Amino acid sequence: MDFGFTTAAYVVAAVLFILSLGGLSGQESAKRAIWYGIAGMALAVVATLIGPGSGLWGVSVILVLMGGVIGWQLANRVQMTQMPELVAAMHSLVGLAAVFVGFNADFTINLVEAAKETGQAVEGNFALLVAKKTPVEIGILMVELSLGVFIGAVTFTGSIIAYGKLAGKVNTTAQQLPGGHMLNLAAVLGSVLMLVLYLSGAGSWTLFVLALLAFFIGYHLIMGIGGADMPVVVSMLNSYSGWAAAAIGFSLGNDLLIVVGALVGSSGAILSYIMCKGMNRSFVSVILGGWGGTQGEQQAVEGEMVPTDADNVAQLLDEADSVIIVPGYGMAVAQAQGNVAELTRRLRAQGKEVRFAIHPVAGRLPGHMNVLLAEAKVPYDIVLEMDEINEDFPDTDVVIVIGSNDIVNPAAQDDPNSPIAGMPVLEVWKAKNVIVSKRGQGTGYSGIENPLFFKDNTRMFYGDAKKSLDELLTKVA
Amino acid sequence: MLYGRDDCGPPPARPGATPHNRNEGEGTTPVKIGTPKEILDGENRVAMTPDSAKMLQKLGHECLIEAGAGERAGFLDADYREAGVTVVDGPDALWQGADVIAKVRPPTEGEVDRLDSGKTLISMFYPASNEDLMKRAADKGASVIAMDMVPRISRAQKMDALSSMANIAGYRAVMEAGNNFGRFFTGQVTAAGKVPPAKVLVVGAGVAGLAAIGTSTSLGAITYAFDVRPEVAEQVESMGAEFVYLDFEEEQTDGSESGGYAKPSSPEFREAQLAKFRELAPDIDIVITTALIPNREAPELWTEDMVKAMKPGSVIVDLAAERGGNCKLTVKDERIVTENGVIIVGYTDFPSRMAKQSSLLFSTNVRHLLTDLTPEKDGKINHNMEDDVIRGATIAHAKEVTFPPPPPKTKAIAAQKPKPKEKEKTPEEKRAEEMAAFKKQTRSQVTLLTVGAVLLLAVGLVAPASFMQHFIVFVLSVFVGFQVIWNVSHSLHTPLMAVTNAISSIIILGALMQLGSTSYLVILLAAVSVFMAGINIFGGFLVTRRMLAMFQKS
Repeated sequence: MDFGFTTAAYVVAAVLFILSLGGLSGQESAKRAIWYGIAGMALAVVATLIGPGSGLWGVSVILVLMGGVIGWQLANRVQMTQMPELVAAMHSLVGLAAVFVGFNADFTINLVEAAKETGQAVEGNFALLVAKKTPVEIGILMVELSLGVFIGAVTFTGSIIAYGKLAGKVNTTAQQLPGGHMLNLAAVLGSVLMLVLYLSGAGSWTLFVLALLAFFIGYHLIMGIGGADMPVVVSMLNSYSGWAAAAIGFSLGNDLLIVVGALVGSSGAILSYIMCKGMNRSFVSVILGGWGGTQGEQQAVEGEMVPTDADNVAQLLDEADSVIIVPGYGMAVAQAQGNVAELTRRLRAQGKEVRFAIHPVAGRLPGHMNVLLAEAKVPYDIVLEMDEINEDFPDTDVVIVIGSNDIVNPAAQDDPNSPIAGMPVLEVWKAKNVIVSKRGQGTGYSGIENPLFFKDNTRMFYGDAKKSLDELLTKVA
Repeated sequence: MLYGRDDCGPPPARPGATPHNRNEGEGTTPVKIGTPKEILDGENRVAMTPDSAKMLQKLGHECLIEAGAGERAGFLDADYREAGVTVVDGPDALWQGADVIAKVRPPTEGEVDRLDSGKTLISMFYPASNEDLMKRAADKGASVIAMDMVPRISRAQKMDALSSMANIAGYRAVMEAGNNFGRFFTGQVTAAGKVPPAKVLVVGAGVAGLAAIGTSTSLGAITYAFDVRPEVAEQVESMGAEFVYLDFEEEQTDGSESGGYAKPSSPEFREAQLAKFRELAPDIDIVITTALIPNREAPELWTEDMVKAMKPGSVIVDLAAERGGNCKLTVKDERIVTENGVIIVGYTDFPSRMAKQSSLLFSTNVRHLLTDLTPEKDGKINHNMEDDVIRGATIAHAKEVTFPPPPPKTKAIAAQKPKPKEKEKTPEEKRAEEMAAFKKQTRSQVTLLTVGAVLLLAVGLVAPASFMQHFIVFVLSVFVGFQVIWNVSHSLHTPLMAVTNAISSIIILGALMQLGSTSYLVILLAAVSVFMAGINIFGGFLVTRRMLAMFQKS
């Protein structure tokens, strides 16, 4: 059976998907682009239901709609601060689906072979497709589906652990079983062995073991990564979910799956790359956990943290003409974005220039801060990237650092022995005054001392970010 | 010295009328902090303001003030009462009632005699020149904290009364100069003709000097500044003034060694400096000298011949007048006019001339000191002699003179690090660098392409044609993906992840195709996959749409 119509629909869908990703280059075009994506997906699903997936289409529609209701609920209920968790959780679904589809392909191969031996006719569109394949093609199919299962399985458990860490349900510190990365390596070698056995016809159990080993790798790898590195992990899992889809696409001979999988895979890979560059670390060192090696003593920090209170902050802001706010994960944790936005509105109403500086790795998801600020109705044209705003700090009167630490750490530039030496940072200390809103005197996730807090032009505004800002708002007209 | 004069105040009260032992910390009565009226004529400042009293009460202390103490600084007794301060009549009641006495000027002998072992005095003291007074206070058993001895470390900046007073003096010096100077500071082109800007030279860029520079530049004058410490040039320039450099090679003195103050310079250096000033003198309209070296006579920097070289109507404000002046013609506490019409202002009471401002700052310094003395905020004084700041400022404690203090553990200013100068690159070097970078980029791109192509060919050799068809699609898609994603705006990375998440559920197509199988296991797994992918499609797209709708332009 040929499905000319379906193929045509796939081409259109593929173009729509590319357009929907390309549209994300700007906020306004993105609002249109999302509809391209939705249309592409609808077209692809409908075309499949009419064509090769017509077997049980009634059931399919019901299942999709059931899933849709749950998805709808999720999408409407989720808090913007929980976006990282949601994205991680959804990756796990794609991963698991890839595992199932991969297993199904294996079962179908067995079915088809059994049918061939008994001389029965095969049923079902996919089985028919498999039946047409030559032994070499079957071999390639088996490689493809085991790759799909492997990547899907790593994505599944990895995403669940990432979800747990982001949602605070799993300990966020880096933890590993005794043996550390040797265990991962052993699991990878075991997987390769299983793959070889599977290809040599040892049977479906090898695929099961392969999946189990991959589940373990996903779990153990992500457990070994600390909470602060989650942006990289989430984008990496995003990438994996794409590669899994592409691998499955190969095994099913479906070009649309391949195209979309490749798009998603490369997107995730680029995001991970940007995140790693934002921390000046190699991808491998992030994934293998722990900061890069430190050589020698870190410079001792001189000076003292000088605390301040809402009155003084209000006064400083009152006297300032230009203000830059640097938000970090702490703002998300404290759910302070609404207060930040209110403060911004009031200061702007007084004719002051207020802008936001966003570091690429601020938050727990690429672009996390932008979404939070957008949710609080901060106009996006005053929210700037690091490269756009870093040179403006010397001309700025007041910088407010809310819940960020490493991304404003001058040691990255001054101290070659610092673990974050060379990491691009926001040069907030060059501003005339810096106010740091921070819970307490601790060093935060990475445990690196921050000389910014000890500078003469820095004042520490201790307390929960939301409460501090509440207090501040009573004093800013 | 002004503060050396004794007064003929009322006789001292009997010491020990209400002995408190504040170090025991057992008593339930809060410590009473009292501020008397300044005795010295012409002293308008007061060491406690209604604002500072409120903050002191937050520390658990009680506050007392002598009636009329704040009047000359613009704080009425009623204001104090409103702030919860007990106003007492006359110095006797005040000195008897208070456990901690905070005042501005050093105490007179009469005042020292009012102290006893239960009391702490906080004031300016200048212990190096008031040794007798210090001994007397120590014999009385009182603790004395000299506000002028607060060490110059960053933690103690908030208590550094010398700096806050110097800041005011610097500002006021410019104001006094303007008052005596017959022209505008700023240059103007008016209908009635052109006015040249005034030229101001500030000698000594300490706190007072920098304040003077700031005030002078903001009034629009062309401001020059000189200091023997070359490391302050950056600060001077950041305030908008021009630093006067000397053509002189000498080992640079590092201000961090001497607590941030200047040290005496070598005779050769002095000569070079005077020569430079001589050269500048005819052009300068206003000179403000602030050069002081700790515990020494003020150095003579503006000589008589320089004064003679200046234009009539020019003004010299000598902030070092109290120590003999940087100009020898200066007469302490007076304004004089020289034969050639140059006005020299030698007032020493600049802070007192701005009593309200000075009192606000001084009382805040005192308040910060008391905050450090009351670490528990429970109204109990803990005179911790282990603390660098408290130790440094305490000159008498437990019947002993504790001056001079041991050197503080922390240095005043971070030592100056030599800054390696980056060499300017010539255009040729730049071009060569660009060429090299371009070549490197080309080389790496070509290498990547070659490796990629070879790998593809290798795959093509073994793989069947049906696989290669899909493989081409795959490689092209990855390529398109990379091109497209690089253009995605940083701020939209979260929506990007959500939308790629939604479209990665395209895996639903595979599950849909498998639903038509004959095996129930396959159907079951496929059904579950369809269901999960369904969640993802709707959830992913909807949440992306929700996010994108939030992005609003201002």
